[in-house]
Amino acid sequence: MHTFILSPRALPVLLAFGVLALLPAVLPGFYVELAMKIMILAIFALSLELLVGQTGLICFGQAAFFGIGAYTVTLLSPEGEGAALGWVLPASLTAAALYAVVVGALSLRTKGVYFIMITLAFAQMAYFVFHDTALGGGSDGIYLYFRPVLKLGAWQPFDLDKPQHLYYAVWACLIGTLVLLAVLLESRTGRAFAGIKANEQRMRAAGYSTYPYKLGAFVLSAVLAGLAGFLYALKDGFVNPEILSWHHSGAVLIMIILGGLGHLRGAMLGALAFTLLQELFQSQAVFGSFAKHWQLMLGLTIIAFVALMPRGLVGLLQRGGRHG
Amino acid sequence: MDVATFLIQCLNALQYGLLLFLVASGLTLIFGIMGVINLAHGSFYMIGAYMAYALAPLAQAWGGGFFTALLLGVVLSVALGYVLEWAFFSFLYEREHLQQVLMTYGLILVFEELRSLLLGDDVHGVQPPEWLSGSIALGDVMSYPVYRLFVSAVCVAVALAMWAVMTRTRLGMRIRAGASNRDMVRAMGVNIRLLYRIVFAVGVALAALAGMIAAPVSSVYPGMGGSVLIICFVVVVIGGIGSIKGALVAALLVGLVDTFGKVLVPSVAGLSVYLLMAVMLLWKPEGLFKAG
Repeated sequence: MHTFILSPRALPVLLAFGVLALLPAVLPGFYVELAMKIMILAIFALSLELLVGQTGLICFGQAAFFGIGAYTVTLLSPEGEGAALGWVLPASLTAAALYAVVVGALSLRTKGVYFIMITLAFAQMAYFVFHDTALGGGSDGIYLYFRPVLKLGAWQPFDLDKPQHLYYAVWACLIGTLVLLAVLLESRTGRAFAGIKANEQRMRAAGYSTYPYKLGAFVLSAVLAGLAGFLYALKDGFVNPEILSWHHSGAVLIMIILGGLGHLRGAMLGALAFTLLQELFQSQAVFGSFAKHWQLMLGLTIIAFVALMPRGLVGLLQRGGRHG
Repeated sequence: MDVATFLIQCLNALQYGLLLFLVASGLTLIFGIMGVINLAHGSFYMIGAYMAYALAPLAQAWGGGFFTALLLGVVLSVALGYVLEWAFFSFLYEREHLQQVLMTYGLILVFEELRSLLLGDDVHGVQPPEWLSGSIALGDVMSYPVYRLFVSAVCVAVALAMWAVMTRTRLGMRIRAGASNRDMVRAMGVNIRLLYRIVFAVGVALAALAGMIAAPVSSVYPGMGGSVLIICFVVVVIGGIGSIKGALVAALLVGLVDTFGKVLVPSVAGLSVYLLMAVMLLWKPEGLFKAG
């Protein structure tokens, strides 16, 4: 980690976070909201990057963990007041982790295409739980009327109902996620992930028991996705089953490919690029009434991108370099 | 549940399972032989269903009717598959699974929006032809819709035809050989590109045919491709990827579990097939049948 912070590669990242810290002071509310959305999606993308880009496990059900994180905080918050942050945040992350332990234990018994299909199917199962039962208001979703509150005695260090405070909380979470992953990937465990990605057979031959590493990566990834979902529920004050849908899993997969697989920066860059593309295609000012069909343009963009730029934006910006 | 209801539900399960088999067999054929994981396969089912909706009045106008529409739909979907293979999928054979997943995901978005542009976002019902509507009496107290029996019959006929082609013809032999050793087949002078194109077109046609004949039973709606795709994944995972026999057994199993799940425990009906998948994974992670 110290090696990373001091390396020149870290400079653009530090700069970007500095700029992000200044945004609320200079930009109108709409753009601050957009920046917050991008940061939340960046955490989501980082969670998947750990799995797909670093460990080589292609999960197509990441939205389930995002959705579980979002639904847990919403369901646990009482109607008349904010829940205690000290308990709903761990509860949300734990809920995502528990589902990941079950899904991971089952789906990691297989690999490759099986793994892709099974993670997708289990995510769809979670989607149906929220879509078809009354648990979370069915297909209409439910509102989070009061954001969680952090109180230490009578002292309240920050108030998430204030947009600025929420913004900086998201900002801090993104930095925390990035630092956590950067440290982890530099560690022995991170090397083991990379080894599994490169050649699992050889890792086993070298005496590694790969299954616990894979399950560990899967669960940690789910926890981070759950964190993103948690923040998303706080930002919007509303959740519905669509955040668990496989379109959402597909979107985050596109983000990390768009940015460039194998780089933490790529995941964040991908979240940025994807969100801006989506905003552009949905913009009535640019596309008029055709903006309604923005997914057509998105689909064509994805196809063109896969065909022409398999290495992603990071690959375009610079050659070489590992993760970081 | 009395005997009559039980029998009717069994017939429903059989019909649903056979229909799933039709879609899943195309998916598993394309993966087993070409190694491409095709998320857009559900879209072909949707395209089939919308073709049934769009072609029905046309066929009527020509005085043709149901079978003309069905035949026209199959021809169109073979053509669609042929063109798609040439334009998109032929680039995917050498690519990683991840890129296949992404590109076919992009295709889903394109198909959905094109459908929305051309035919709108409404839910449509499709009428079965007159001579296939109505019910027939089974025994004294029961009756069963004729059209559902017809769906089952078509599926069985197609399954038998597939089996015959795969095991009894030179084309089937080449397809099986191409699945197990691409380079060897190429070295023997078989045009593997053409072979793939045919297999892909057939896979598309199978899904579209399933969509067409399912339209009068399940109606036609946006997003129908996605739900079918996921269920087909469950079928393929349970049956074993690339195995047609596995797809048949698994599809019937899924049909059974889903149909009776809806009747017996409606509150968690949506989950029943996934629970089935979880149990099967614990028991046989590689699926019921190895590919072949």
